[in-house]
Amino acid sequence: MIVTKQLKKSFGDHEVLKGIDQHIEQGEKVVVIGPSGSGKSTFLRCLNLLEEPTGGEIWFEGVNITDKHNDINRMRQKMGMVFQQFNLFPHLSVLENITLAPIKLKKTAKDAAADRAMELLKRIGLEEKASAFPNQLSGGQKQRIAIVRALAMDPDVMLFDEPTSALDPEMVGEVLELMRELANEGMTMVVVTHEMGFAREVANRVLFIDDGIVKEENSPDQFFGHPKDPRLQEFLSKVL
Amino acid sequence: MNTILDKLRGIYDSFYNAIVPEQRYTAYIEGLKITLIISLFAVLLGVAIGVVVAVIKVCGAHTRNVLMRILGKICDLYITVIRGTPLMVQLLIIYNLIFTSRDTNPILVGTVCFGINSGAYVAEIVRAGINAVDIGQMEAGRSLGFNWLQTMWYIVLPQAIKNILPALGNEFIVLVKETSVASVIAVNDLTKNAQYIGSRTWDLIPPLVIAAAIYLVIVVALSKLLGIFERRLAKGDRH
Repeated sequence: MIVTKQLKKSFGDHEVLKGIDQHIEQGEKVVVIGPSGSGKSTFLRCLNLLEEPTGGEIWFEGVNITDKHNDINRMRQKMGMVFQQFNLFPHLSVLENITLAPIKLKKTAKDAAADRAMELLKRIGLEEKASAFPNQLSGGQKQRIAIVRALAMDPDVMLFDEPTSALDPEMVGEVLELMRELANEGMTMVVVTHEMGFAREVANRVLFIDDGIVKEENSPDQFFGHPKDPRLQEFLSKVL
Repeated sequence: MNTILDKLRGIYDSFYNAIVPEQRYTAYIEGLKITLIISLFAVLLGVAIGVVVAVIKVCGAHTRNVLMRILGKICDLYITVIRGTPLMVQLLIIYNLIFTSRDTNPILVGTVCFGINSGAYVAEIVRAGINAVDIGQMEAGRSLGFNWLQTMWYIVLPQAIKNILPALGNEFIVLVKETSVASVIAVNDLTKNAQYIGSRTWDLIPPLVIAAAIYLVIVVALSKLLGIFERRLAKGDRH
């Protein structure tokens, strides 16, 4: 579904990604871990071109999205993204946050978009928050609504950029629970996280990115049970 | 005692003369109308120009698109020239140079000139407001599939406008008062009419004080209006 070929990204002289080749299949859950500054978030943000790669190619559903002639805005409609800082729209109510993109981009009728939004809110148990504004919500509620906002566009893949890193510890569980549900429903997911438990439980494949390259990738059992790369061994010994 | 009463009597007479005889109050009303018309349309024009110029400048600063970069430079030039020259000189140049035909409508010239002038100041206010909105908002909008302009329009600008409303209100107030300069191109606005009445009664101060009071009322009303508007926009803020 997503293929990266020799993906490179530099900020000025600093080369953050040094050539990443990845195939992410439909329905796959790929968890990306690595030390801070390793380039894992940059890798994720390149997948929907929030960061413009300085080299290599990215193919999504058979289309080369790094080719300037392809309409990236159209492609992004099929790639949901969840941010560390939630990035809900503070001037809009929860319902408007969720329905804005479907109404404006997919020309969904207002009623239909609102019905779908309420359905999604009901699913996460926040239907009574529909008319609330983002700053009246807890961090966990904000992030779950941010996930639902992305889901309202019916994406084919969901990208998570450290979705629980800005949350109070007691809020982490509810967000991971929703992500776990999505995974079980077969959503294709790429998740950058520090939640090793989540990676072990949900991932089909775990990537260790360090110094701009994928140092190791494996099934969670092998990855956590028998890490081969010395840098990964060191990393795991510190975080587990 | 009598001298004080005489003084008060004198003041009363001069204000009476400035208002009542020859239906002079109608001159204030006519002048006020023109002041309000120029102010209203200049504000609308100024905000329209300001928002467009600010968006072009922000876009020009973030893109590699050559056309947008050139447009950004043109906007820079516009702001530099307008902010770097006196309003009255701009007014006289536009009136004498650009609108040279005999049937030039000075009210139209005034409106256009004040609008163009205000646009430069509004543009800088709006640009600061846009830059103060968290970059994550733009990223979230783009990640949903909105293009740059759509994200700007639906997501960034509404938040920017809310933040800059006090500064924008201040600009409106300045603009209303600055329209008094329009008298130099023979616009019969409030200030001009007050001067005219003063020249008829040989007593300049009372009509000017009356004009000042009218400006004050407009500005206070405008401040109140903006306050109400601000509170309504703040509904999404922390409680």
